[in-house]
Amino acid sequence: MIISSINTFGKYCRFLTQVFRAPDKWNVFFKSLVAEIYKLGVDSIPLVIIISLFIGAVICIQMTLNIVSPLIPSYSTGLATREILLLEFSSSMMCLILAGKVGSNIASEIGTMRVTEQIDAMDIMGINSANFIVLPKIIGFTLFIPVLCVLSMFFGLLGGWFIAEFTSMLTVETYVYGIQSFFNEWYVWYGIIKTLFFAYIISSVAAFYGYYVKGGSLEVGKASTNAVVASSILILLADVILTKLLLQ
Amino acid sequence: MIEAKHVSKWFDGQQVLYDINATFDTGKTNLIIGQSGSGKTVFMKCLIGLMTPEEGEILYDGRKIRNMNTAQRRQIRTEIGMLFQGSALFDNETVLGNVMFPLKMFSPLSHKEQLERAYFCIRRVGLENADNKYPSEISGGMQKRVAIARAIALNPKYLFCDEPNSGLDPKTSILIDELLSDITHEYGMTTVINTHDMNSVLGIGEKIVFINRGHCDWIGDDKSIFRAKSESLNDFVFASKLFQEVKLVLEREAEAAQK
Repeated sequence: MIISSINTFGKYCRFLTQVFRAPDKWNVFFKSLVAEIYKLGVDSIPLVIIISLFIGAVICIQMTLNIVSPLIPSYSTGLATREILLLEFSSSMMCLILAGKVGSNIASEIGTMRVTEQIDAMDIMGINSANFIVLPKIIGFTLFIPVLCVLSMFFGLLGGWFIAEFTSMLTVETYVYGIQSFFNEWYVWYGIIKTLFFAYIISSVAAFYGYYVKGGSLEVGKASTNAVVASSILILLADVILTKLLLQ
Repeated sequence: MIEAKHVSKWFDGQQVLYDINATFDTGKTNLIIGQSGSGKTVFMKCLIGLMTPEEGEILYDGRKIRNMNTAQRRQIRTEIGMLFQGSALFDNETVLGNVMFPLKMFSPLSHKEQLERAYFCIRRVGLENADNKYPSEISGGMQKRVAIARAIALNPKYLFCDEPNSGLDPKTSILIDELLSDITHEYGMTTVINTHDMNSVLGIGEKIVFINRGHCDWIGDDKSIFRAKSESLNDFVFASKLFQEVKLVLEREAEAAQK
């Protein structure tokens, strides 16, 4: 088990040495980069908005229902909703969800290219296939993830606002006062910095699993699942380390 | 000319190729034939450089692949065209995009000249009206033709084809064979075709290398294959009822000639 993990890590490092090289043709690379930003990033916006809206609303409801002590000010609901969204949800939880969507997309796409010999075709042409296929995905997704993170923060807070506006649980003024209270700008940067690492983990780990698929469509499915599981675990591990480093 | 000298290959301690010596001539359609699992695909992958043989040498016009550095290997790969068994077309590119791909990556031509070259290749394989279609929208035979057009886009010196007729009906198979034979002679390429289709063997087998259980058992051409003395080759060639009938006819002819 340990030796196998070390072997896999070594293979992953070797894979990265192939990926992180100067592209053969910069104009082709930039075209791929734009396409990947659109496919992996822009296409994820609806999912991010829907999930953030609902989770923001749910957090707001739960905070209102659970903060019942007269000693705790009512604006704490907005404050707690904001802190949860900024510190954990819009970065870590959102990336765990995106690991499922984007990670499986990358692993299955590259895995299918492998089993249908498209990667071999590139290798035979003399193209560095790992660099050509994977580098635009890693850079594209890592560049776009701050946008998704900020959108998630905004729509999460908006979800809470909807609860304040359309229910009698709390007033909009109290909620807005809460989300403005004791605001620490660094928490936004902290969330964004974390997502950069998570985006790199999601894209590179999924690409690694897809690139080394052997066999047929069944193995592509397995690789896709393994990619999501591995990247989720690594995101959680990185979350602990980054939180310790960035918030201490 | 491509030469394989004393090529041996192992997988996990199990030998799959045994000391294979063969040459593949320029301007000819060279066929590697053998049963499924005989090692012909492994041999072809060794020839292309997708696998490295543990022993032996592969030479491209005298240039040893083993001695080449990365830049030299990449250079020689631009001289190679490859037609895969499943065509290996890029799903997200149109027919034109697939043929343009090697040109965009390696050709010093301007975009307009690249387009002209791509359209020339598409016309050469008879797909004039399919340039805007995606691989999923065209038939298997058309996909093979696109793959051929992509393989010849950079005017390669060496063309490799892995079972070009698999999954095709006999008529389309003959068309693909004729196309491969025509472009080989037209451009003076060294073409190596991996197949177990006897129609191809008889139709375009200008040079035939027979691989059996990892050994090179026989080398000849389409004219001499029916009279070969190799037992394993005869088992392979006369496996089908049709060719058993041919064998009987040949034997009767031989008897009649003796009388």
